[in-house]
Amino acid sequence: MVKVNGELVEEAGKSVAAYLAEAGYDSRAVAVEYNEVILPKADYEKTILVDEDVVEIVCFMGGGR
Amino acid sequence: MKEQQEDVLELGGHTFHSRFILGSGKYSLALIEAAVRDAGAEIVTCAVRRANTKEHENILDYIPKGVTLLPNTSGARTADEAVRIAHLARELGCGDFVKIEIMRDTKYLLPDNEATIRATETLAKEGFVVLPYMYPDLNVARDLVNAGAAAVMPLAAPIGSNKGLVTKEFIQILIDEIDAPIIVDAGIGSPAQACEAMQMGAAAIMANTALATAGDLPLMASAFKDAIAAGRKAYRAGLGRVLTRGAAASDPLTGFLRD
Repeated sequence: MVKVNGELVEEAGKSVAAYLAEAGYDSRAVAVEYNEVILPKADYEKTILVDEDVVEIVCFMGGGR
Repeated sequence: MKEQQEDVLELGGHTFHSRFILGSGKYSLALIEAAVRDAGAEIVTCAVRRANTKEHENILDYIPKGVTLLPNTSGARTADEAVRIAHLARELGCGDFVKIEIMRDTKYLLPDNEATIRATETLAKEGFVVLPYMYPDLNVARDLVNAGAAAVMPLAAPIGSNKGLVTKEFIQILIDEIDAPIIVDAGIGSPAQACEAMQMGAAAIMANTALATAGDLPLMASAFKDAIAAGRKAYRAGLGRVLTRGAAASDPLTGFLRD
C-alpha cells in the first residue's frame, strides 16, 4: 500500500505520472513530495510507487489571515 | 521631489510600489481579481494544501499577471514542516517568496517564535525571500534579521480578530530598532488601524479577514489602499507635535477689532 495525502491506496507498481493521471489530478497545478523529498516533474514518469511510499500531492489555495 | 516619487518597498531585492499585502483566504476565487485591483496590491498571499481530484479551480488563474505570490506555511507546527511546505511552494513554481507561519495551537494561532527563527535560517540560506510572521519581541526580531529574514511581520492582534493595534507599543519598538521592513500582519481590522500603523512607520500592512468579512470586499480593499497610502505619507511628512498641556495658536492673536 502507498500512502497518498494521508490515505492508503493500492497503487504500488504505477509511475507517479500514471497515478496522477488516473486519479484525476491536474499535474500542472500540483507539486509532489515523495518520501519527504520534492519530486521534480521530470521524474514523474520514471518514479515507480512501491509499498510503504509516502506521497503528498499539494496545490495552492486561497490563504491569508 | 524625485526622492518622494520613488518611495518604494524593497523586499529581497525586489521593488514594490504598493504597501498593501493582500490575503486571499476566506473569500471566493472569483473576487480575487477585483480585490487585487482595488487594493492596488502587488503581493498576494496564498496557502499550500493537499490537492484533491474533484476541484480543478486553480487560484493562479485568478491572480493578475505581475502580482507576486507569497505562499505561507500555514498548517506547519514545526520548523521542519515549514521548510517542507516552503519547498513544495517553490516547486509549484511561483518564485522564492515565502511567509513563514508556525503555530502549535489552533485556538489562539500564535506564532512559535523560536521555531520561526530556525525555519528562517534554513530557508534564507537556500535563497528564499523569507517573511516571518512573529509575535512582536525585539530579541526575536533581531534574531530573524540575523537569520536572513527580508522583513519582519509582527502580529497586531490575534489572527482574524479585526481588533487592531493591540501590540502597538511593541511594534513601535521593532520599527524603531530593527533595520529591516516591519510589515504589520494579523489583526488589522479597519483602514483607520492600517493608517495608524503606517503613520508609526510600518513598511507595509498585510490584511485578509478585514476584507473578507466586510460588506463589500473590493470597496474595502480600496479603502485600505487609500488609508495605507495616507498613513505612509503622514509618516514621511513627520507628524506634528502633541502638546503635553495648554494650547498654541496657529492664528494671529492680536485682538485687532478692539484696538
